[in-house]
Amino acid sequence: MNENNSQSKTYRIALLGNPNTGKTTLFNVLTGLNHRVGNYPGVTVEIKKGSFVHKSTVIEILDIPGTYSLAPRSPDELLSVELVLGLNPMEKMPDALLVLADASNLERNLYLATQAFETGLPVILALSMVDLATAAGMEIDFGALSKKLGIPVVAIHASKHKGLEELKDAIILSQSEKRLPNSPLFSELIESCRGKILGLLGNKGSRFLAGRLLFETDGFLAQQLEQKLSLSLSASILENRQVLKSSGINLVSIEAKCRYAWIHELVQPCIRKPGNKTVGFTDKVDRILTHKVYGMLFFFLIMFLMFTALFILAKPLMEWIGAGKDFLGESFESFLPDGMLRSLLVEGLLEGVGGVVVFLPQIIILFGFLSILEDCGYMARAAFLMDRVMAKCGLSGKSFIPLLSSVACAVPGVLATRVIEDKRDRLATILVAPLMSCSARLPVYVLFIGAFLTDGYPIWFPGMMLFLMYCVGFITAPIAATLFKSTILKGKGAPFLMELPVYKMPSLRVVFARIYEASLSFLKRAGTLIAATMVIIWAVLYFPCVSPTGENYPALIAQTENKAEQDALLLQWKKNSFLGRAGHLIEPIVKPLGWDWRIGVATLASFPAREVVVGTLSIVFGLGKDSKDEEQLQEILPKVHWNDDPDQPLLFNIPAALSIMVFFALCCQCGSTLMVIRQETGSWYWPAFTFLYMTGLAYLAALLTFQLGMLFL
Amino acid sequence: MLSLDRVSIGSKGFISSIIGDDAIAQRLMEMGVIEGEPFELVATAPMGDPLEIKVQGYRLSIRKTEAARVVVRVS
Repeated sequence: MNENNSQSKTYRIALLGNPNTGKTTLFNVLTGLNHRVGNYPGVTVEIKKGSFVHKSTVIEILDIPGTYSLAPRSPDELLSVELVLGLNPMEKMPDALLVLADASNLERNLYLATQAFETGLPVILALSMVDLATAAGMEIDFGALSKKLGIPVVAIHASKHKGLEELKDAIILSQSEKRLPNSPLFSELIESCRGKILGLLGNKGSRFLAGRLLFETDGFLAQQLEQKLSLSLSASILENRQVLKSSGINLVSIEAKCRYAWIHELVQPCIRKPGNKTVGFTDKVDRILTHKVYGMLFFFLIMFLMFTALFILAKPLMEWIGAGKDFLGESFESFLPDGMLRSLLVEGLLEGVGGVVVFLPQIIILFGFLSILEDCGYMARAAFLMDRVMAKCGLSGKSFIPLLSSVACAVPGVLATRVIEDKRDRLATILVAPLMSCSARLPVYVLFIGAFLTDGYPIWFPGMMLFLMYCVGFITAPIAATLFKSTILKGKGAPFLMELPVYKMPSLRVVFARIYEASLSFLKRAGTLIAATMVIIWAVLYFPCVSPTGENYPALIAQTENKAEQDALLLQWKKNSFLGRAGHLIEPIVKPLGWDWRIGVATLASFPAREVVVGTLSIVFGLGKDSKDEEQLQEILPKVHWNDDPDQPLLFNIPAALSIMVFFALCCQCGSTLMVIRQETGSWYWPAFTFLYMTGLAYLAALLTFQLGMLFL
Repeated sequence: MLSLDRVSIGSKGFISSIIGDDAIAQRLMEMGVIEGEPFELVATAPMGDPLEIKVQGYRLSIRKTEAARVVVRVS
């Protein structure tokens, strides 16, 4: 089954390895920028494919997601196994497998390798982190290891470009030599049972696959294979299992036991380990960093630093982007004639593109932090420390950092969920991340607390109100996560087993590669959708630009010199626009929240991006579009009457102000977040779900706030 | 029978068996938590859960619920 297709000049290899072995770095270094992401229906994992040329052979690499074992328990894991074994109709079978193993942790890493050894394909074993193994006092005899396995073993240091030529040579050589690795032999009885199943599999079979079917007691793989290859296997599998059981073999543990026994015997003469007495560097550091007191202090210090950096460092960068956008807008305005085209360019397209680019500083800073923490080994400790707390709402410690990041902005927060391996945990985290009060909600809180809850209250009161508004998210998100995990995302959870890797210096190359990748995928996929949404919003606020009496608003405004008249015209125009009319239509819906049509419009206009709300409120309360002065708005708001009629009561009272704030705290008014959720989940279902549940929740909570407020305040 | 969730920090010993035959047991064994292997309980997280153990020469974080299924002998 391992006949290479000699007509094709491309040599196809699949790259396999445990998580934390530096597999992505090796893939990036080998293929450069020459890779693309494969799309496979029904799965959420990203599988990258890249190629490079060595000695006039094109070598194509399929990057299989990091895994500890080729035992599929979910559609995502099944895809990896299918790709390795050539069972996926969209990809040809690989010609050889490249297995990357962490030399400092060789035994456990070889577990996956022994599975690859049974596929019947040539295997090349690459070892990373040899420097860490040496630093820990280990000595590895690569020659002996290679001899015992019967395949080439190459030590590499991908980020320093060490050992890559040897690795490429070994890959080319495997094409002609086709050396097959030695693999663990189980007992005679097991091998005979495995042989019987292998016989049924035909040309798609391998000892590995037959073994998988025999040992996989939950039947997931057998079921999938029977459907896909239309084979009838279950009878034979059950029969052979019965044979093994009756001779006292425990099917659950036999595979792991045999593989590890084989590995220990293989590795023992090839590795010299230091005596058990020495306390390694990682042990010393861990005594402090996982300590009940110092560990938590250090953790909160790191989180505080990350958080402050997100707010403080990103702010000037975001302001520069804003200034650049304004500058471009002004230049467009100076040489383009007034009219629809100019408005589309400046207020639609430029706002749209600016609205995308403005997220980049936060994404870059957050991913800079995260990849340093991840690459040096601290990320796993952070998850370790926070696991107990997060487990209370059905998540794991790995959800903490994405949720905390969402307090700055949910866009990088959702991207940061990539560290969560468990699919349900990741989805639950993505769904509740937008509930955390992000920095774009702050202006709303400041505006309304400043206008209604500051004068005449004790000095500490506004601060406490602000804190309470943040608590709305901090309290709702865990409750929502618990609900999701016990209803729609319910399931047999995978055990939370997490490797705590050895501490090492983070590699700048790895950090930059991660930042680059996260930014690029955001710009390419979510970015285009965000920009498009902004243009649509521009359109519904622009059209129709003709008044009911047939006058053209933009022309009228251009003819008017008086600022107050211009503002009044603008207000009329926006009131008459599609969005303004929609605001009037929804007034009966928002009235129970204590809002009139103007707040309705401002809220509707904020759905694509809540940061526009202050600007929109300025327009609907007649301050003109250029009024970015919040103080002016704060002064006006408490004096506004219903329908601007002085005989009617004041529009705002404290319950109404609270209901607006609660609505903004819980509502999903961020197209960018929804587009990133679309990007990360690969489906429109989840962003739609997020939008609906959050909007529904926000409405109910605002309704409750207003109605209870009217009763008690 | 002593299970891994009940040993004290710093204990060393050997794994005797894994209770159960579901995917969780299989996953534990793939990660090298199998009978006969030496282990060490290195630390616990601030609220006593999860545990950090050393097995097969590496460090593994394991929750108490899963650790309760690992039967051990302390030496």
